[in-house]
Amino acid sequence: MYIIVIGGGKVGYYLARALLDEGHEILVVEKDPDRTEYICSDLGSVCIRGDGCEVATLTEVGTGRADMFIAVTGDDEDNLVACQVAKHKFNVPRTIARINNPKNETIFKELGIDVTVNSTDVILENIEEEVPTHPLTHLLDIRDKGLEIVEVKIPPDSTTVGKAVKELPLPKGSVLSLIIRSQKKPFVPTADTVLEAEDQIIAVTTPESEDELTTALRGSTT
Amino acid sequence: MKVVIMGCGRVGSRLAGLLDIEGHGVTILDTNAYSFRRLSPDFGGTALVGDGTEEESLKKAGIEEADAFVALTQGDNRNVMAAQIAKHIFNVPKVLCRIYDPLRRELFNSLGIEAFSPTTIFAQMLKEKLELEG
Repeated sequence: MYIIVIGGGKVGYYLARALLDEGHEILVVEKDPDRTEYICSDLGSVCIRGDGCEVATLTEVGTGRADMFIAVTGDDEDNLVACQVAKHKFNVPRTIARINNPKNETIFKELGIDVTVNSTDVILENIEEEVPTHPLTHLLDIRDKGLEIVEVKIPPDSTTVGKAVKELPLPKGSVLSLIIRSQKKPFVPTADTVLEAEDQIIAVTTPESEDELTTALRGSTT
Repeated sequence: MKVVIMGCGRVGSRLAGLLDIEGHGVTILDTNAYSFRRLSPDFGGTALVGDGTEEESLKKAGIEEADAFVALTQGDNRNVMAAQIAKHIFNVPKVLCRIYDPLRRELFNSLGIEAFSPTTIFAQMLKEKLELEG
């Protein structure tokens, strides 16, 4: 597969390396001459100096035959425009843009970018997982359906300990999929399952009902 | 007419002044408050510090009630992004945008953004002047 990567910073460099290892044809477009030289000396001549938003540069690198176009610079507006040029001028089938400001996610979707990767959110989510006091952890987004898979931990002092699932005021559209309990195999909860302290509950929910779900599952902690 | 201008450089500040004198409601945005020194002392509109590629700044500038939006920062891509947000997310009836790069301008014109390239316009003007006198 021929993949063009815009931006040869840390993300672009490691992405190019990983894709090269998988055996793809890669070309990195980078503005900075020193950086370009560094990547070329390290990965072979897979990097050219240029502006990834410019039609002339993209023509030169053969964007017309690219299967995928990934823009990972540190500037959201550059990533947006590079992907739009690739999509509308060169008809690249799949465009992926990195987003640095989480607020831009919906805007990029509206403006026709196929896939967005929100680097700030990804880092935040990973840190969240490592912070044990955090009541709700995002595990996975199912973006095209507007759903997400989350994990909620039940602290020992929670008022829902000892209650059955059917007694909990779960928000509409949220489904409890799995309970992970220490010393036991993970199991699918039923309406009669009684919550225990330290249960880890994996649930499918919508971003809007996150808070409601957390409250329903944890009750009030004393 | 209510107009939001993004970028208070030489062109932005001048356009803001011209519209203000004619009695239009003008809000001008810039990420740097120091740029507002370019506005004339009797400018009657609103000058706001904010980034025109951010929805919140645009809302503060009253984009939801605006009749027109003009993007005039130094960055072509910032202008293009802000113009598309104004047009497709806030449905501003008239959206204009400056793009220095002539090739990019063509593309975004075909995507429905009304864009002007000062590079092309000025070069054309100079050529006509030369031919006229030559």
